[in-house]
This record gives sequence, C-alpha cells and structure tokens, in this order.
Amino acid sequence: MSTPFYVSPEQIMRDKSDYARKGIARGRSVLVMTYADGILLVGENPNKALHKVSEIYDRIAFAAVGKYNEFENLRVAGVRYADFTGYRYDRSDVTSRGLANAYAQQLGAIFTEAGKPFEVEITVAEVGPTVADDQLYRLTFDGMVQEEHGFIVMGGTAEPIAVALRDEHVADADLDTAVRLALKALSTPAEGAERREIPVNAIEAAVLDRTRPRRAFKRLGAERLGTILEGTPR
Amino acid sequence: MRLPAGATIEAPHGTTIVAVTHADGVIMAGDRRATMGNVIAQRDIEKVFPADEFSCVGIAGTAGLAIEMVRLFQVELEHYEKLEGSTMSLDGKANRLSNMIRGNLAMAMQGLAVVPLFAGFDLDKGIGRIFSYDVTGGRYEEHSFHSVGSGSVFARGALKKRYRDDATETDAVRLAVDALYDAADDDSATGGPDLARRIFPVVMSVTADGLRRVPEPEVTAVVEAIVAERMTRPGG
Repeated sequence: MSTPFYVSPEQIMRDKSDYARKGIARGRSVLVMTYADGILLVGENPNKALHKVSEIYDRIAFAAVGKYNEFENLRVAGVRYADFTGYRYDRSDVTSRGLANAYAQQLGAIFTEAGKPFEVEITVAEVGPTVADDQLYRLTFDGMVQEEHGFIVMGGTAEPIAVALRDEHVADADLDTAVRLALKALSTPAEGAERREIPVNAIEAAVLDRTRPRRAFKRLGAERLGTILEGTPR
Repeated sequence: MRLPAGATIEAPHGTTIVAVTHADGVIMAGDRRATMGNVIAQRDIEKVFPADEFSCVGIAGTAGLAIEMVRLFQVELEHYEKLEGSTMSLDGKANRLSNMIRGNLAMAMQGLAVVPLFAGFDLDKGIGRIFSYDVTGGRYEEHSFHSVGSGSVFARGALKKRYRDDATETDAVRLAVDALYDAADDDSATGGPDLARRIFPVVMSVTADGLRRVPEPEVTAVVEAIVAERMTRPGG
C-alpha cells in the first residue's frame, strides 16, 4: 500500500474553487436587476420546463446558474424552508436574509466537506414596498454571501455584462425599459467574441412585481417579451 | 386523548356554507356566525377561504380545527405548485383535502368534526365543480349546487327550488346569498345579514380568470335587494 501524498489545505481549497468557477463560467449568464415596480430576473434558457429563475415565496425569488441538478436541489430546499417557516410562524416571518443564511450554511458545508463543490451561483431577491427596500443577495459556491444593490450578473461571461450595466442601470426605469436594457446587456460579447442577439424564445424572464398583492412572482411569456422588444407599447 | 363518557369540548362551530355552479364557474358563500352551544361565539367570522388561485374551501364544524386544516391545505397547494412548476389538478386538490379530513377522524369521534365544502374551476374541463365530504374523508362530487353545515337543509331546499341551469355569475351570487338568508331564517346557528353592523356573507367567485372575493359593495347591494324583497314576502 502506498502512502498518500500530502496536499496542503490551501491547495485543496484552491483546486475546488477553480473547479467550481470553471463549471459556472461554462453556462449562459443570468441577470437580476431592480426597476421601478420591482425586480426583473432574466437569463438565456432555451429550455421551457427547466427553469433558472423561480418563485420561492410571496416576495422572494431565486435565480441560479451552473449545474441544473445542483441548483434545483437548492431551490427545492429553499421552497421547503420558506413554506415551513411561513406555516409555522407567519407569512411575514419569511425573509430573504433568513433564506440567504440557510443557503450560505448549506453551500459552505458542501464546499468544505463534500468531495466536490456545487458548481452553482445563486441570487436570492426580495422585493420591498419601494426600490430602496429591495434586497439582492449573491451566494457563491463556497457559501459566501454578498448583499448587492441595483443588479447582479452571474455565470457565463459576467464581467463585460456587469460593466455594460453599470453605466446604464437606473433604479426608476419602467418594466419595458428594464427588459430591453437587460437583454442588451446580456448580448454583450465576451472580449474578442462576436456580438450575438438572443432569440426571444430562448429568453427566460420573470418579475417580482411589488404592485401585485401577496405573491409577487410572475413569469413573462414569449408573447409579452415579444411586444416589449418590438417597442410597441402594450 | 379521550374524554370522559358524556363530556364534550366546548369550541366554536362554523355553520352554513353554500356553493352554486354557473355557466362560467362556481360561487361559494358562507354566513358570518360561529356558535358555542347556545352562545354566538363570533358574529363576523370568515368561513370561506381561497385555497389557491382556482379553488376555494368553506368550512363547517369545529372552527379552530377547520381553519388550521385550511391553512395547511393552502400551504400544500402552493408548495406543490412551486415544486412542480404547475398547478395541481382539481381532482388532486379534492383528494388531498379528503386525506386531511380522514386524518381528523379521531377528533371527529370526540365530537370535533370538520366538514368542508370544496369548489373550484377545473382548467382541464373548463367548468366549475363542487366537492363535499363526510367526516371519514369520503369525497363526493356534487352537481349544480350544494350546502353544508347546520343550516344546510334549509339552504339546499332554497337552492333546489331556485337553481337554473343557465344561471350567470350574478344570478349565482344572488342565489347563494338568498339560500343563506333562508338558512338563517330557520336555523338559529346561522347568522342572517346584520344590517345594523353591516356584516354580510363572504362570497367567493371562481372562473377561468381565477378566484376573486366578490367585493363588499356588490354583496351589500345583493343583500339589500333580498332584504327589501323579504319585507313584502318573508318566505322569498
């Protein structure tokens, strides 16, 4: 029997991080941003049944990039957590902060203990009564949580998209403007690559609309997106 | 838990719920009274609840257990919808409720029965449907109309005479409130319209567009019309 080589913990963590980062960068980007009436979640996803953005609770939504089976696992755990907490106490006791914490614990534990880290990055978004009350949390594969303001871009070639948004994102844009801006940003090419328009039927989009009572989450279908993108007022 | 022979637990009871189908869906209405023995436990209780976007549930029987059952039912339907990404079929929802009632059988044997009435719009069939239950969880589909609770005998009599196949949503609302008036007329545990306090029945309407609670001004208008009519013809 041979003696195993000594590998330093730093090296193990670095390897795991690199592995996860590579996995996440392979897919397409997802963008979450605030607008006047709520939060817009949009990404490129030709698949109609396997969602990248979904509802967690009344005012809370979930967006993810990376490996589907892994983030689907997290989504289901999130829905369970939220429904259970809301039933046990009160609907108003389910908060995005609590959910983000639960995710952070889970992702952190997997990153350190499991043989392979989750190749995912997720956003937990909660819509508030005004834009200033909206909350966006970015959670990375190692369990790190960051609260961000305005927008979050995850996965694929996130950097050029974030740069494109930084100058143009305004908090009081209406939905149509926000959708057009988001899609323009998502089409930003990676350095040295060609610009590529995303076909309407490959866009997955949803909003947390603060004007809706109770369940704020609503998907934007291809038809609705089509009208927005044509620029024709509804 | 077993009570000594002959003993009963005093807990508020909900009374009469009616449901009526019409061309575009289904209406459910409930009076506002909860009783505890001969005492009116609450005069403005709400006993008809939205179950989800396309169905509602009305409760008769022990109010505390029934309201808790509805709360869990609502969570379960929403939970399913979020996990599966689609709404549960109306039959699925009716079966789920049946299971929950069966779970309460031991309590029902002690006198704490919960007997809900379930109604919703079947998106596959494009019609409004009504389901009734017994304490053992037996599930029965009802046609056209149904009523549960202490005043249900009188409400059903009224519905039987006045129901028409071609009823519109407006007709069905009127019919349901009218039936509740008749139930309150003959059953002491069912609350009639409280004109002094402006407490009127809760009315839910489910159609292909989803569930809505019929707004108070609309219900008030219907109630006032019925009361005015009964001034000259008390029997309706």
